[in-house]
Amino acid sequence: MSVALTAHPRDLSIPAPPRAWRNILTIAGRELRDAVRSRWFILYTLAFAVLGLAVSFVSAAGTGGTGLSGFGRTTAGLINLVLLVVPLMALTAGASSIASERERGMLAYLFAQPVSRTEVLAGKYAGLAGALAACLMLGLGVCAAILAWKGVAARPASVLWLAALSLLLALGMLSLGMLLSVLSRRASVALGAAVFVWLALVLVSDLALMAGVVALRLRIEELFALSLMNPLQVFKMWSLHAVDATLDVLGPAGLYAADEHGPRLHLIFGVCLFAWVVIPLAAAAVLLARRSPV
Amino acid sequence: MIRIEHVTRRFGRYAAVNEACLELTPGDSVALWGANGAGKTTLIRCLLGLLRFKGNISINGLDVLRRGKQARMLVGYVPQELAFHDEMKVAEAVVFFARLKGIGHPDPAIALGNVGLSGHESKRVRELSGGMKQRLALAIALLGDPRILILDEVTASLDAVGRSEFVRLLERLSGEGRTMLFASHRPEEVGALARRVAEMSLGRITSIAPTRDFLARASTGCVLHLLMRDDARPIAIRELRAVGFDPRLNGEGILVGVHPDRKAAPFRILADASIAVDDFEILPAPTQATPGAPPATGDAGQPAAEVLP
Repeated sequence: MSVALTAHPRDLSIPAPPRAWRNILTIAGRELRDAVRSRWFILYTLAFAVLGLAVSFVSAAGTGGTGLSGFGRTTAGLINLVLLVVPLMALTAGASSIASERERGMLAYLFAQPVSRTEVLAGKYAGLAGALAACLMLGLGVCAAILAWKGVAARPASVLWLAALSLLLALGMLSLGMLLSVLSRRASVALGAAVFVWLALVLVSDLALMAGVVALRLRIEELFALSLMNPLQVFKMWSLHAVDATLDVLGPAGLYAADEHGPRLHLIFGVCLFAWVVIPLAAAAVLLARRSPV
Repeated sequence: MIRIEHVTRRFGRYAAVNEACLELTPGDSVALWGANGAGKTTLIRCLLGLLRFKGNISINGLDVLRRGKQARMLVGYVPQELAFHDEMKVAEAVVFFARLKGIGHPDPAIALGNVGLSGHESKRVRELSGGMKQRLALAIALLGDPRILILDEVTASLDAVGRSEFVRLLERLSGEGRTMLFASHRPEEVGALARRVAEMSLGRITSIAPTRDFLARASTGCVLHLLMRDDARPIAIRELRAVGFDPRLNGEGILVGVHPDRKAAPFRILADASIAVDDFEILPAPTQATPGAPPATGDAGQPAAEVLP
């Protein structure tokens, strides 16, 4: 027999400052310190910086090593690197956040303190976002510094665009990872789901789109609309658009997007990526308020 | 101060807590007593707003579901075992929880000194023994000087010495006029800390009695807690059952209900079966799960341990 359960209206409400913000900052600080001390952070930062440098040098070498064209190729290489590494990093960081604490009984102990579940989620999210931002900025910063030192000229605006969009992609994937974490009873399940989602976004979605074009004879506008559903595609299109101001390299779909939406493209891409940040995080907050922490 | 009214919490069809009602006035101290699965921990989790439930629970008039955060500000909670970041330093843990409780400039040394943990500030949580972790949990619970303490089988994972020290610490706190609600399996804890005992069985609070009356009823037999190797336990249970005892597995050992005049009998049986007993405790037999029910008796004529911790 099902029982009508009382809701948690307070836990779903927007935290009222200043106490709620203090709690969020306290939890975020804790999470950030834990993340920075952890092996995953060091490993991902090192891997990102090393791969970034490798991509940069290989790309720059193809154009003689100097000049703005060198940086254009380097940017394309870095975009592809971000597409692979950042979602994996953010998804796994988010996926292990709630589920592992639930499994070890830490979540119930934290919820037994005078904090709301929304504050706990927001604090954890902010802390992990800070760690990811540090990781990305270190990785990209090292790449940009070494390239500049080697004489590969870079437009500062392009570097900033790439860094900002990488961070936005990371935030979206972190939200999705945290949703998976809230949904999973065990940390191993959450991590498995995160890797599966990463594979689906990186590989399966591209293949599915290609298959769709061939099998269903999708029109170009449908192809573009479907691409917008994958945050990685949105990041790729937006990065290219922002850095090179053209989508020619994406083929007919890119040309269609530039012709049809032109000046609105920044807004379209922004709304899409922002939705990937907000919607999974809001869903995680609602579910966390309803689910037992034990 | 704490009002629990017709609280029901179900897991699927199973009612872990069923229509529980209990009221604690300021300074009151109530023990929740019952076998594993009786619903003690679930009731405590409902009280802390960790689980949703049907019914009402309020702390100082604050509904624990609607105003859980404010209600929990009034409460210090100690779980069965402290689960927190092992890599965190003890002082960091105190400061972290103090901030969550709204204490601006906490002094970890004072908080830790209150529970006998002075000098352990810079240790990591994982370096603490079980008893020290429980003291840390108590130090955290006492941050902000809450007038209500909720304890969930806090000595279950401690050895005899740690248990006795911890109970003395709690006795001191109880004497300071705090309201206490705690779950326990141990009559000596109940005797030392509780004014009243709420017995739980199958999710229901079956009786609420003054501690004196509860202990008088409980002292009609005894239970042997025999500690032995893991692989010896199933054989020991089989051997004891063969001669009419009703042994049960319990943590690291087995529990056997015996008549007070025949406490040596299980030892003889186990020695004949070449099973070494590493250590033992003699516990007073718990009261019956359901008042009025006939006492369970083993085939050998000994009262069986009916409500087993």
